[in-house]
Amino acid sequence: MAYYVPSTEAEQKEMLAAVGVATFDDLFAAVPGSLKIKGLDMPDGLSEFEVRGKIEGISHKNVAFKSIFRGAGAYNHYIPALVKQIASKEEFVTAYTPYQAEISQGVLQSIFEFQTMMCELTGLDASNASVYDGASAAAEAVGMCRDRKRSAVLVSESVNPAVLETIKTYCYAAGAGVRPVPLKNGVTDAGALASMLDESAACIYVQQPNFYGLIEDAEKLGEIAHSRGARFVTGVNPVASAILKTPAECGADIACGDAQPFGMPLAFGGPYLGFMTASGEMARKLPGRIAGQTRDIDGKRAFVLTLQAREQHIRREKASSNICSNQALCALTASAYLTVLGPDGLRGVAELCLSKARYAARRISAIKGFELLYPGEFFHEFVTACPCDATAVEKRLAGRGILGGLPVSGGILWCVTEMNTKEQIDELAAVLEEVAR
Amino acid sequence: MKLNFEKSREGRAFPVLPQLDVPKDDLPDGFLRKSPPRLPQMAQPDISRHYTELAKRTHGVNDGFYPLGSCTMKYNPKLNDEMAALPGFTGIHPLQPPETAQGCLEVLFAAEKLLCEITGMDAMTFQPAAGAHGEFTGVLLIKAWHDSRGDKKRSKIIVPDSAHGTNPATASMTGYQVVNVPSDADGGVDMAELRKAAGDDTAGLMLTNPNTLGIFDKNILEITRVVHEAGGLNYYDGANLNAVMGIARPGDMGFDVVHLNLHKTFSTPHGGGGPGSGAVGCKARLEPFLPKPRVVRDREGFAFADPERSVGSVKAFYGNFLVTLRALVYMLTLGAGGLRDAARNAVLNANYMMKGLSGDYDVAYPGICMHEFVLTLEKLKKERGVSAMDVAKSMLDYGMHPPTMYFPLIVKEALMIEPTETESRETLDRAIAVLREIRARADDDPGSLHDAPLHTPVRRLDEVGAARHPVLKYNFDEALD
Amino acid sequence: MEFPSDLSYSKTHEWVQDTGSRTARIGITDYAQNELGDIVFVNLPEAGDEASKGERIADVESVKAVSDIISPLSGVVKAVNKDVADNPELMNSDPYKAWLIEIGDISDHEELLDADGYKALCEEEG
Repeated sequence: MAYYVPSTEAEQKEMLAAVGVATFDDLFAAVPGSLKIKGLDMPDGLSEFEVRGKIEGISHKNVAFKSIFRGAGAYNHYIPALVKQIASKEEFVTAYTPYQAEISQGVLQSIFEFQTMMCELTGLDASNASVYDGASAAAEAVGMCRDRKRSAVLVSESVNPAVLETIKTYCYAAGAGVRPVPLKNGVTDAGALASMLDESAACIYVQQPNFYGLIEDAEKLGEIAHSRGARFVTGVNPVASAILKTPAECGADIACGDAQPFGMPLAFGGPYLGFMTASGEMARKLPGRIAGQTRDIDGKRAFVLTLQAREQHIRREKASSNICSNQALCALTASAYLTVLGPDGLRGVAELCLSKARYAARRISAIKGFELLYPGEFFHEFVTACPCDATAVEKRLAGRGILGGLPVSGGILWCVTEMNTKEQIDELAAVLEEVAR
Repeated sequence: MKLNFEKSREGRAFPVLPQLDVPKDDLPDGFLRKSPPRLPQMAQPDISRHYTELAKRTHGVNDGFYPLGSCTMKYNPKLNDEMAALPGFTGIHPLQPPETAQGCLEVLFAAEKLLCEITGMDAMTFQPAAGAHGEFTGVLLIKAWHDSRGDKKRSKIIVPDSAHGTNPATASMTGYQVVNVPSDADGGVDMAELRKAAGDDTAGLMLTNPNTLGIFDKNILEITRVVHEAGGLNYYDGANLNAVMGIARPGDMGFDVVHLNLHKTFSTPHGGGGPGSGAVGCKARLEPFLPKPRVVRDREGFAFADPERSVGSVKAFYGNFLVTLRALVYMLTLGAGGLRDAARNAVLNANYMMKGLSGDYDVAYPGICMHEFVLTLEKLKKERGVSAMDVAKSMLDYGMHPPTMYFPLIVKEALMIEPTETESRETLDRAIAVLREIRARADDDPGSLHDAPLHTPVRRLDEVGAARHPVLKYNFDEALD
Repeated sequence: MEFPSDLSYSKTHEWVQDTGSRTARIGITDYAQNELGDIVFVNLPEAGDEASKGERIADVESVKAVSDIISPLSGVVKAVNKDVADNPELMNSDPYKAWLIEIGDISDHEELLDADGYKALCEEEG
């Protein structure tokens, strides 16, 4: 039984006859006989009922923690019901890339709204329609800065390891060098950066807040980069950007990041949402789709994919990126999230994260052996020491239904969001106190 | 219609989150932004309507026929979406200890096994988030393979002229020069030209088979042999796998690495341009270079392991996990026979439509096609002044999404039609009738085709103006309509 | 279609205007702009960049295509026309006024055609 094929066997026979062949095999005459397989070595199809049972069974093998204190690039935030409903509208879900603008105004307008909101958050002039995730956004962003004269990429060691790894992979592909910039007290060492910036440096990439949750002195790092003729690229947490000094205010040429916190569930790492914004001067170097405003022949305002001659389907081997499909539905989800929350709501999320994280940091760091590792200001993540094997702490917490912080070198990286109630934080502290004893 | 920013009213809000239950904390002023982002301030009922209005101005597979060539716009089964919304998947943190995420690892492991069987590959990664991302990953494997052997002279990737733009763009992105090989009179790779192009500077070949003309290359075994003998590797662009799944396998055709578009062949929805999944499969000799991490199975269950000579990561975590999950649900539902029948009916539907249109339109490469075929409107344009664009835009008024236009580049005034297996005979008959009616109008009233569409939310757009003087975000200071 | 007689032309459809002291301006011809259709953007080099005859020095974009501009001269880029960069439609409306690049220290050049020779070439290409 072929699921999802409407034609009955009788219809298929008639259609074969209409085509002028006798059997399905005749349709595949071009395939050499030696290549034709007898059949796939896999199970027969199952009913919807059976598949549901099987998949639900697999899902139960996961532990869905109610109390989550782990971030490190994937953040647990509240998703309003309306956002989920909007993101599951079938018109949005089942459309392809909006090549035919006349019947794709909904998607195109939503991209335009998304681009506007990303520009508002980062303070920069232009945004693309999204890329795969924050890590690939960072890799594309540093690629925008490289040219024949300046090809080396400097990356602060305080960035998320997955982001660094992805930048390295893209640079390996392009034959460009990556130079890590060392840290001082958990943040980028400005002195070291100044000494490392030479004529070959294309840019410096800094994460804000950084992997350890600390707020970098981005303004200063940007000044240093520009004074040596290099570009300044910041990877930002979009929730923090509701309150922190914007990338533009810090002098960034490009800002990027992962907007997963804007309405996308943890979902074991994806789909998430890479975003990129740039100064006007660099806008044409942005990779991927960009929607623009125009008019139709009757003079009605309308939206269309524009600046397409940058892209692979036109520029082919001369395109600077090969990206085609992006994360459009995730961008729509993020726009819906930001529209539902509004400016006050988003600032509220950021303030809840900040205050709760600081409360948790005070509670945890008061426990012997769990002192804060770094002195700087932080947003919603922080690192504490750990008096014993961090994975043992992780296990102990898991036993109590808590997903603890991520074991990192020197201790544990904790994350606290609006999802963590005071009771959860107090319970976490209580378990850690047991561990400390 | 208005933008959400234009519907905003100062002070409108809807509290979603609870009050602070710990002491309030602040950052010093020097850390803070000068002014808040100008996000819209709207009430939920109006937001809900705003997006419903946007949805009405969007054509998805559920709104009508969508024969967009090379995009495989098949029905997106709703069971897939429901399974992807299970809290036992959506609530799992990607950095959870693997022993608490065994279900997720099982999904990746099971999907890898099935897709390896379907493609004839030995290993697979789900990290790439889309087809082009898969191409990037796959060509990196080729690069890493040559590098590992100290073979530094391989600087070129061969790409046929019928290829998608992503192929040459990928080759450039990975540091290779592109050698374009022309197609022969039958639409396949020109063997003489391929032999000329292949040599000891060949890193590999990127090929779509069936190709973008809807033709299964009859010389496929010879093509891959020529490249192998030159010391290169063969890359299979899986955009068109829907034609041959369960019938023939890239791994048996001589390909070393393949990417799949799970959002095409394996029925996951395309979301208006993503998220997709560009899973990459490879033969055993390339397995050590795959992105990290990979899922392995040991006595205690599933675990992560880094391949010994991995090219690194192409993004964070394990790809678009919920998309991989949807593809697994699809494969379990169809099973071995169902996948084969899907391919068979995809090819049947394409041939049925081609036959139905061949009296009225010129088929670029007549004969039996695979899952798609290409019309050339060159003659119609010359004789009646009606272009592929005019025909495509006219279809909009009949509630159909047009085929892919002006691609492949080697066919003039091209319309590339891929009906997929999930369309009924009635739908195909109606599409044929519509296209024939449009063809008749080209004779009787060509002007009406130049004016189309008439009944869409907006009509043809000023794309030149949009590109010359780009407006890429809302101007808060200078509100329009 | 116009073919001003005071200009020289390359076989790849660029015009060259000798401005004296080993300096010249280049642009694209009327024939070229007509083939390209509505030009929406031009990627220009920077002053100080080297120009090599027969090699790509800039490209122009229409909505659905991109075409290389091949330098007919070897030398050094002295200036680029910002006005045309901001208003690419000038290449369509007045191609022989819309110079793109001024090249100095000219050391070599491709074989160039006069107006009649270039006109013949365009007629041949149809």
